[in-house]
Amino acid sequence: MLYELYLSKLMGPILYLSKIMGPMLEGTIVTLQLFFVTIIFSIPLGLTLALARISKFKILKDFTGVYIWLLRGTPLLLQLFFIYFGLPYIPIVGVTLDRFPAAAITFILNYAAYFAEIFRAGIQSIDKGQYEASKALGMTYWQTMRRIILPQMVKRVLPPVSNETITLVKDTALVYAIGLSELLRAAKVAVQRDFTTVPFMIAAVFYLVMTLVLTWVFKKLEQKYALYE
Amino acid sequence: MNMIEATNIYKKFNQLEVLKGISLQVKKGEVIAIIGPSGSGKSTFLRCLNHLEIIDKGSITIEGEMMAKMDSAGNSHYQSPSEVRRICKKMGMVFQGFNLFPHKTVLGNIIEAPMVVNKMDRRQAVSIAEELLQKVGLIDKRDSYPSQLSGGQKQRVAIARALAMRPDIMLFDEPTSALDPELTGEVLKVMKDLAEEHMTMLVVTHEMGFARGVANRVIFMDDGKIIEEGEPQEIFSNPSHPRTKAFLNQIL
Ligand SMILES: Nc1ncnc2c1ncn2[C@@H]1O[C@H](COP(=O)(O)OP(=O)(O)O)[C@@H](O)[C@H]1O
Ligand SMILES: [Mg+2]
Repeated sequence: MLYELYLSKLMGPILYLSKIMGPMLEGTIVTLQLFFVTIIFSIPLGLTLALARISKFKILKDFTGVYIWLLRGTPLLLQLFFIYFGLPYIPIVGVTLDRFPAAAITFILNYAAYFAEIFRAGIQSIDKGQYEASKALGMTYWQTMRRIILPQMVKRVLPPVSNETITLVKDTALVYAIGLSELLRAAKVAVQRDFTTVPFMIAAVFYLVMTLVLTWVFKKLEQKYALYE
Repeated sequence: MNMIEATNIYKKFNQLEVLKGISLQVKKGEVIAIIGPSGSGKSTFLRCLNHLEIIDKGSITIEGEMMAKMDSAGNSHYQSPSEVRRICKKMGMVFQGFNLFPHKTVLGNIIEAPMVVNKMDRRQAVSIAEELLQKVGLIDKRDSYPSQLSGGQKQRVAIARALAMRPDIMLFDEPTSALDPELTGEVLKVMKDLAEEHMTMLVVTHEMGFARGVANRVIFMDDGKIIEEGEPQEIFSNPSHPRTKAFLNQIL
C-alpha cells in the first residue's frame, strides 16, 4: 500500500515527462531541421557574397554591400514576417510559402549576410604577401583563393562562426511567431495546457545540449587547425 | 637574346613618381646586385618585372617575349592576363618576408605550384621538391610547418619553392634583410650556389659582401633612377658618381 503510493508519486512525473516528451522531441526535430538547412545553405551563400563583396566589379560589390546592410540592419523577425505574411501581397512575384520553407529561406538569407561579413573580414585579414607569393608562382586569382587564402581564412573565422551558429540555435525559436511547431512552441503549448513550467525547463535543457554539442564540435575544429601557426 | 629587357620604365603610385625611366638588360647567367638607399625604388622595379606592379610607361621583354609594350607616346600596354602569367612563369621571386604558406608543410609549400599551376602529378612534384630540399639543406624539415622553422630556414624553403617551378630567372628582394645576422650566411650560401650554376639572378641587397663577391654587375639606384652601374670592383673601389660615393661611405 505504502509502496504503491510511493510508486505512484514517482510514476507521476515520469508519466508526465513521457507524455510531453513526444511533442517536444518533434519540435526539436523541426528546430534541428531549420538549423541544418540554414547552415548548409547560408555558409556557401555567405562565402559567395563575401567573394562578391571583395571583387573588383563595382556593381557586384555595391549590390552585395546593400544586401548585407539590409539583412543585418533589420530585425530577423521582420524579415520572417515579410517572407511569410508579406510576400503574397507583392504583385507578380507574390507567392505564398508554407511555414517551414518561409522560415528556412528567411534564415538562409539572413545568416548568409552575417557569414558574408565574417568571411570577408577573414579573407581581408590574410597578409597580402600570400597573394604576391602565389602570383609570383604563376597561380591565378581563383587558384590562390581556393588553395591559399580560403584554407587560411577557415582557421581565422572559426571563433566568430562558432558564435554565429550558437546564435542560430537560439534564433530558431523566432519561427514560433509564424506558428511553426518547433521546440519552444511545443513547450509553450504544454505549459499553457498543464499549468506547469517543467516544459520550459526541458526546452532550456534541449537548447543547452544543442549549443554544448556545437561548442564541442568547434573546439575540435580549432584544435585540428591549431596544427600550424 | 637578353633574358630581361626593360626599357624606359616609369611607375607612379598616385602622385608619387617612384621609377623615372629605368632601362636594364640582363644576359643569361648574369648575377646583378641592385643597391641603393631605402625608398629609391629597388623593390618596385623588381616587382614590375614580374607583374606584381603595373608599369605606366616603358616596355618589358622576358626571354624575347614582350610582356608589356610601349606605344608611340611611351605608354605601356600589357599582353592578355594569361600571356602575362605564362611569361612571368620564367621568373621566380624570393621576398624579404618569405611569404611561405603557413597552412602547408615545407613539402606542401614546394609542390603546390608545380601541381596546381603546371598540373604535375604528385609523385613527380614530390621528387623535385625533395631534390631541392636536399640542395638547400632542409630535407629533414620536409614535414615541418613554416612556423617551426628559423628565419634562415624559411628563406631557404622559399628559394626551393621558387626553384620548383624551374624558372630561368630568379628575383630576390632583400632576401636576408629580415634575418638575424647569424642566419644570413646560410641563405647567401644557397644563393651563391645558384649563381655558380649560372642561374640568372637579380638581387636587391644590402649585403655588400655578396654584391662584391658574387655579382657580375652592380647597379646603384637612387630616387627612381639608375645612377651608376658596372663591375663590382669598379663600383666599390672607384665609384664615379658622388651619390654612389656618399651611399657607399655610409653603408660600408
Ligand atoms: N604600394 C605602394 N603604394 C604607394 N607607395 C608605394 C608603394 N610601394 C612603394 N611605394 C613608395 O615607393 C617608393 C619606393 O619604394 P621601394 O620600391 O619599396 O623602395 P626600396 O625598395 O628601394 O626601398 C617609396 O617612397 C615607397 O614609399
Ligand atoms: Mg625594398
